[in-house]
Amino acid sequence: MKTVFATVGTTSFDELIESVTSSEAAQALKARGYERLVLQVGRGSVFPAAASCPHITLEAFRFKDSIAEDIKQADLVISHAGAGSCLEALGAGKPLLVVVNDKLMDNHQLELAKQLHMDSHLLYCTCSTLTETLRTMDLSVLQPFPPGQPKNFADFLDRALGVK
Amino acid sequence: MMLLLGAALTALPLCLVFIIRLYIVLKTGPNHKPGAKGPVAVLVVAGSGGHTTEILRLLEYMSAAYTPRHYVIADTDRMSEEKICTFEKFKQQSDSKSQFTICRIPRSREVHQSWSSSVVSTLNALWYSLPLVFRIRPDMVLCNGPGTCIPLCVAGLLLGILGMKKVLIVYVESICRVQTLSLTGKILYPLSDYFFVQWSSLRDKYPKSIFLGRIV
Repeated sequence: MKTVFATVGTTSFDELIESVTSSEAAQALKARGYERLVLQVGRGSVFPAAASCPHITLEAFRFKDSIAEDIKQADLVISHAGAGSCLEALGAGKPLLVVVNDKLMDNHQLELAKQLHMDSHLLYCTCSTLTETLRTMDLSVLQPFPPGQPKNFADFLDRALGVK
Repeated sequence: MMLLLGAALTALPLCLVFIIRLYIVLKTGPNHKPGAKGPVAVLVVAGSGGHTTEILRLLEYMSAAYTPRHYVIADTDRMSEEKICTFEKFKQQSDSKSQFTICRIPRSREVHQSWSSSVVSTLNALWYSLPLVFRIRPDMVLCNGPGTCIPLCVAGLLLGILGMKKVLIVYVESICRVQTLSLTGKILYPLSDYFFVQWSSLRDKYPKSIFLGRIV
């Protein structure tokens, strides 16, 4: 079953949960062949019931020790702009759609999402443009995200500190 | 009146000596090679959440020469201790001689905490950091952004200023920082011996920084 995993990390982002479970968004997902939607709702006050979405199979939870398995099973990840969530999805090689919370003030986390979008590693939208994006998005333009190289840091430090 | 004058006359030269000493300590960074004498003791500042994850990723690839590792976490941080212990168990497998400790200090600043109360809480954290750093006497402080690192780095600098030991300040700005430095980064940029950024836009804005691409 083609699955979508939506995550808000440790935050609360009711608007995202409401938007992605709306009738229009669910229809857009169904039209693209997605049959299952798993929601990680974090601290949010909106917790959709399994039966509330007619077009698509719905599951929801607040937190888990690790969402690695949920990401692994997903064919599409829809996430808030948090760095941890983005990097985890990209590290697993999954297509990623970031929904920006434009109600947050001074959102420096946007810097990373914006850069990754510019580098074609993820797609980008707001809650109000979510349904339209789901209808028209082209995931084939996304570029793989190579992992960081901590070895470069270790080698540099060894040379700088005179470690043999 | 005379008392005030006396205090000022004592304080002024002291401040001058302090500033000159700080300048000398900062200048000696590049020539200081603690690795040449043997193991490099590291004080690792583990901030919460993503900060801890990033710093453990860096430590994963650092050689067995960097031991003992003294982790310092904020007293209100519950999750970092578990992550650190899991990591160190894994490290122990490839290097049986590796050693580590975990210490806690009061958090310098909570997210969204006001400026005025942040100064008070940072000074409080400094009160705990000084004896800790003076006891451990690390060769290097490794940190990556949480406010917790400021008092620890200040204590490290003080060790150098007082002529007791040169402590290298190694700062790695988070991968989240693409266009702007974090507040901690801005404060520590002039005080660090090695300041790493992970995006070229920051390297252009901060010429003293080191850019090796993404390292976490």
